[in-house]
Amino acid sequence: MSEKNEISGQGLGSDIAIHVAPSPHLSDQTFTTRRMMTDVLIGLLPLVVMSVYVFRMFAVTQLVICVLACMASEFVFVKMRSKPVTLNDFSAVVTGVILALSLPGTAPWYVGVLASVIAIGIGKVIFGGLGMNIFNPAMVGRAFVMIAFASAMGASAYINADGGVDAMSMATPLTAFKQSGVATSILDLFVGVTNGSLGETSAFACLLGGGYLLYRRTASWEIPAGILSTVIVLSAWADMSGGFGGGFVLHQLFGGALLFGTFFIATDPVSSPVTPKGKWIFGIGAGALIMVIRLFSGYPEGVMFAVLLMNAMTPLINRWTIPKPTGVA
Amino acid sequence: MGLFRFKGFPGKGTFPHGIHPPDNKFFSADKAIEVFPTPAKVLLPLLQNIGAPCEPVVKSKQQVAVGELVGKGKAFVSAALHSPVAGKVKKPAMVTLPNGRHMQAIQIAADEDQNPGEVLWEKLSAKDWPTDCISIYDPATISKVIHDAGIVGLGGAAFPTHVKVMPDENKMIDTLMINGCECEPFLTPDYRLMMEAPGAIVTGALLAGRAISAKEIIICVEDNKPLAIERLRRITAQTVIRVAVVQTKYPQGSEKQLVKSVLDLDVPLGGLPSDVGVAMSNVGTIAAIGMAVIKEEPLTHRVISVSGGGIANPKNLFVPIGVSVGELIDYCGGLTKDAARVVSGGPMMGFSFSDMDTPVTKGTSGITVLTHEDVDRENETSCVRCGRCVDACPMNLVPTKLAMASRYKNPALAVKYNINACFECGSCTYVCPANIKLVQLIRTGKQQVAAMNK
Repeated sequence: MSEKNEISGQGLGSDIAIHVAPSPHLSDQTFTTRRMMTDVLIGLLPLVVMSVYVFRMFAVTQLVICVLACMASEFVFVKMRSKPVTLNDFSAVVTGVILALSLPGTAPWYVGVLASVIAIGIGKVIFGGLGMNIFNPAMVGRAFVMIAFASAMGASAYINADGGVDAMSMATPLTAFKQSGVATSILDLFVGVTNGSLGETSAFACLLGGGYLLYRRTASWEIPAGILSTVIVLSAWADMSGGFGGGFVLHQLFGGALLFGTFFIATDPVSSPVTPKGKWIFGIGAGALIMVIRLFSGYPEGVMFAVLLMNAMTPLINRWTIPKPTGVA
Repeated sequence: MGLFRFKGFPGKGTFPHGIHPPDNKFFSADKAIEVFPTPAKVLLPLLQNIGAPCEPVVKSKQQVAVGELVGKGKAFVSAALHSPVAGKVKKPAMVTLPNGRHMQAIQIAADEDQNPGEVLWEKLSAKDWPTDCISIYDPATISKVIHDAGIVGLGGAAFPTHVKVMPDENKMIDTLMINGCECEPFLTPDYRLMMEAPGAIVTGALLAGRAISAKEIIICVEDNKPLAIERLRRITAQTVIRVAVVQTKYPQGSEKQLVKSVLDLDVPLGGLPSDVGVAMSNVGTIAAIGMAVIKEEPLTHRVISVSGGGIANPKNLFVPIGVSVGELIDYCGGLTKDAARVVSGGPMMGFSFSDMDTPVTKGTSGITVLTHEDVDRENETSCVRCGRCVDACPMNLVPTKLAMASRYKNPALAVKYNINACFECGSCTYVCPANIKLVQLIRTGKQQVAAMNK
């Protein structure tokens, strides 16, 4: 395909080369893969700003470590496969930023580095690079360090009262709620002056960045719609039957990594279904798993596991949702 | 726009999915049709339509008149061929058409001092087209005249028109749809014809409608052509013909999509509009029917646009079939410095070619010369399964799956994803952020499927 025969136009002035190529001859060059990745980075900007505001140097360090480690891993692993280096598609940077924002600021440097190596190496390049991975690379890296360094990633790891950062003197909102039934105020959750993973604290920043992604159609709206509607329905149901005393729905929506995960992790196109119907199934499934983990497991938060489980389901969902061509009854 | 008010038809005026490429009609939309001077020679390929080739009925050195039969279609799905000039038949030549078909062509050297194009254009653009007394024409006769005049679909596909416009007791056709959408960017021949020869279209439509005993005749035009809509509305006011203004969207002019837009009917997969009681023809074809039945002129000339950023002076021309593309380009001031690709037809589905001696055939709706800016694209990157191709596909397919099935030589998977429903409109490739040549891979995939089924 796409061979180009270079034949100069006959009798048309010898300096004009007329190329031959298969149709269509036009393409929309305003939207490329690199532009998509740039969009994600722009969408992440409010989260980055908020995390630096709340966690100061903790956030800056973690972001720098993860982005550099992801880019270096991409370079090394791609070289090992003797493939052309693909750093210029920015996908490693996106993985690095998302990974950093999903870690606690207090996690030591080697946690970030190892998570990056696993994310890019095991999560992406081993499957064949960008577009071939089954699981969201950042979540693969995070899941690895969460299990390998349980103490550096567990609920207590978020608290560092000596760090000079106010937010870090308290438990994360979902942990506080799970362990002692203390509900953080909805306004704090919305603005984001609470403890947690770097990018998850501010619901406002997530909505702002997520809204941009939806507006640019870089993230499909079906997945966030599926997740959020399921979480709303299930948490309202839990509130009514479990007597959480109202406000539970907003607490579940704005607390933890739900909005961050919904807009920036679950919408990763590579590891989510390709058809609109498949995206709905993916979103509803992820939303249900998040609520099951939050309500019934030992973990306060379930976004990461829910997304990874639904990633595994994605090939199957794609097979279920082969659309009927126009004209088939 | 603002003209898009879709009323009085069952459909919504649009179809699911599709794309909005810049229409780029401004290059040639306001250029009135010029009659191209008679060229020194014409080259008439023996197969210009879907179906069987015709057989030459003239020998070399024989003198022929304008409109004289030079090739006769023997098969049912074939079309006759007439000389567009008075002149002398030369030795047969071999030509390669932009679609890659290599075949014999009748070569005719034109006599000097003639311009049959002027006469024909005068007749075509005249104001004397009748809208009453159509019933004096017998349906079977109309169909025979269409056959004898060598009329094929002028929208690009070049399907012999008599096969569609024929009284048939087995297939109930109740609606005649006349396609004036012209959804391909750059092309303007249909627009100019609607502007300058609406009478021929209206009479042709009434005749074609009579031939198939259609209860309803609808002319469909996209809402980016307000002046043509206005003109057609005025001229059809006293007739049974209705004008449907559909949304400007690619590929609105595809017959299945247009049937959906206007009538809200689904043409079955692998079927034709006739399966849902619709016959569809392009406005140029319909005007040719008028010319053949009322003015007794066979199809020897057609309107084409020579357009694009790579052409010095874009124009709409009334040209003899068989004139070389190079002559048309020279007539339009030649190529500009940044011309990069010459396309027969529009940029979405047209074929690019490099031999400027290629003749214009009955199905050539335009010559589009694209610039480097139009055709250059970044290198292909990996598919990230963003699903934009899925959102663009008017046939509701999953183009990325089809393309990857083709790339990894898995025809069974391609069949599962309904590869043969693809009509190669190019919407998926247009939107693909990874610049994957999806359509080209799908074409290859179809060949793999054909080989598998052997």
